[in-house]
Amino acid sequence: MATHKIHALYNDDDVLLRAVKQIRDQRFHIEEVFCPFPVHGLEKAMGLADTRLAINAFLYGIVGLAVATVMMDYIMIEDWPQNIGGKPSFSYIENMPAFVPIMFELTVFFAAHLMVITFYLRSRLWPFKKAENPDVRTTDDHFLMEVDAQGDDIESITKFLYDTGAVELVLIDKEDH
Amino acid sequence: MYTLTTKFKVFAIIIMVLGAVMTGVGFLQAPADQAAVEQMLAEEGAHGDSHGSSHNDSESHDNSGKENTMYNADESQLETGYITSNSTQESESTHAITPHDAEDHSGSHAEHLYHQLANRPWAAVYVACFFFFMIGLGVLAFNAVQKVAQAGWSPVLFRVMEGVSSYILPGGIIMFLLLLVTGLGLNHIFTWMEPGIDDPTSEAYDHIVAGKSSYLNVPFWLIRAGIFIVGWNLYRWNLRKFSLNQDENPEGNVWYKKAFKHSAMFLVFFIVTESIMSWDWILSFDPHWFSTLFAWYVLASMLVSAVTVIALVTIFLKGKGYLEYVNDSHIHDLAKFMFGFSIFWTYLWFSQFMLIWYSNIPEEVTYFVSRIEDYNLLFFGMVAINFLFPLLILMNSDFKRVNWFVVTTGIFILIGHYLDIYVMVMPATVGESWFLGLPEIGALLFFGGLFLLYVFNTISKAPLLAKGDPFIGESKHFHY
Repeated sequence: MATHKIHALYNDDDVLLRAVKQIRDQRFHIEEVFCPFPVHGLEKAMGLADTRLAINAFLYGIVGLAVATVMMDYIMIEDWPQNIGGKPSFSYIENMPAFVPIMFELTVFFAAHLMVITFYLRSRLWPFKKAENPDVRTTDDHFLMEVDAQGDDIESITKFLYDTGAVELVLIDKEDH
Repeated sequence: MYTLTTKFKVFAIIIMVLGAVMTGVGFLQAPADQAAVEQMLAEEGAHGDSHGSSHNDSESHDNSGKENTMYNADESQLETGYITSNSTQESESTHAITPHDAEDHSGSHAEHLYHQLANRPWAAVYVACFFFFMIGLGVLAFNAVQKVAQAGWSPVLFRVMEGVSSYILPGGIIMFLLLLVTGLGLNHIFTWMEPGIDDPTSEAYDHIVAGKSSYLNVPFWLIRAGIFIVGWNLYRWNLRKFSLNQDENPEGNVWYKKAFKHSAMFLVFFIVTESIMSWDWILSFDPHWFSTLFAWYVLASMLVSAVTVIALVTIFLKGKGYLEYVNDSHIHDLAKFMFGFSIFWTYLWFSQFMLIWYSNIPEEVTYFVSRIEDYNLLFFGMVAINFLFPLLILMNSDFKRVNWFVVTTGIFILIGHYLDIYVMVMPATVGESWFLGLPEIGALLFFGGLFLLYVFNTISKAPLLAKGDPFIGESKHFHY
């Protein structure tokens, strides 16, 4: 049995959001939605799991804080203590206020950079990667929804998608790709 | 409409009465004159109490060590070599107190202690009075910001904000009376008010304070306070009136636009007056010391306490079944503000601390020396409560939507910022004779009861939904 998917195109984000809710109510499976800009509330409507990027950011921040602490302890206390402004430099904790800006900056630095890298890896994006975009209009003013149509009556699902406000429908044979 | 229950009223009044009694006892317990303190010290000495002698120790520490390093009490520094000579002096002076010296010392000590103990109930009332006044004023400023920003999320909370900010009327009057009796010389919590401080022939002459006396003198100080309190109340009164009128006549948004314009003008007035207020009412407790970001620091404390109180009152009313349009996204936004302003407060606290700690200039660093030596636990404990606690608990996005997390954090934030004001005021008024006892807790209960009673009474006076606000529809459907 050949499996099919349907590319349904929409030209308004509100219509798209309503369509996503209706389609999920009918138990059809939405594989992916391509948007020219982020649509507020779309991930909740599609039922996507919450991102775990925030937890990663927190952990990366802790790593950055630890790196800064160890680094400043080595540089300023262990390796080459200096007399700066009469501050005794043989104890990390007593010089800690002077290192707080560095600890803060490295926390932010690690969290921000590692978060971006994680996001790219998780989204399978890297330099010179070829775009996986089914229709170039999704970079301009159209929204494209990939609906799984396996085993269903193509005729009725097409009609249903039109009724949700789709402006264009394309039937794709999965074997073709 | 919210109705004030008798139970609530009785609760608030009991708190007020209890607080007033405790504060009154605090005033009675304060020594009547220096002779009473001397007698007290003598009794303590007879009982072999170590309290008096430990005082002597810490004071000789102050004299010799203060100018060189802040952590002079710490042993590890003695190993560094930088302050070796100093530490020798220190130990000499500590051990070489002849009986004669000790006698002299205890005489001045009794006088010193008498002033501190006499100041204590006044300072306790001052801190509590200012703390609750500051919450009302902060909510007023937050409300003005929401109006000027034309925020779409907050209009369902406007009646809560108007209710809380109404406290600046009774709070402002009491604050002014307190400043007035202080200015009239009923107490001595402000050292710069000492008679003869600007007279070179006087024993009390202080050339630094004398140089500031054209600004820092009692009449001008009281006039400024009067102008500020009247100005803030005037705006608050107009804002409330415009908000209620807008509900009656929403056509054309005439009242809404009026409130917008008044709010924009108020914010300009507020940022100037709030700065001067923080110098006049708090910074001038240490008239030799100065900090250019002090006004911001007080503002941050004010805003974080204000937003916390808005969140707590909102959750309370929501729990009673009112505020049907408030959803967890509104709570989420308030918790974000609590989180953000806590970080902002910490940023300012640390900016003020680090520069002074690093430069270690005697005239600046004394401020932190007295706080770290005499108020160590409170001073650093308050930073933990005000920074680490909200940071770790409110960082998670989901926790900001859970009421009991917000309430728990909110209570800690309020305690932390009370301690913040306490640590700003007390070192210059009661010094090392501080204690969180009857007058402190009593004053907090008294003003807390008054605050609850007045705020919830105002909230019960108008419908809880500002239905005429042009953004009310957006606010009802607000979701994150």
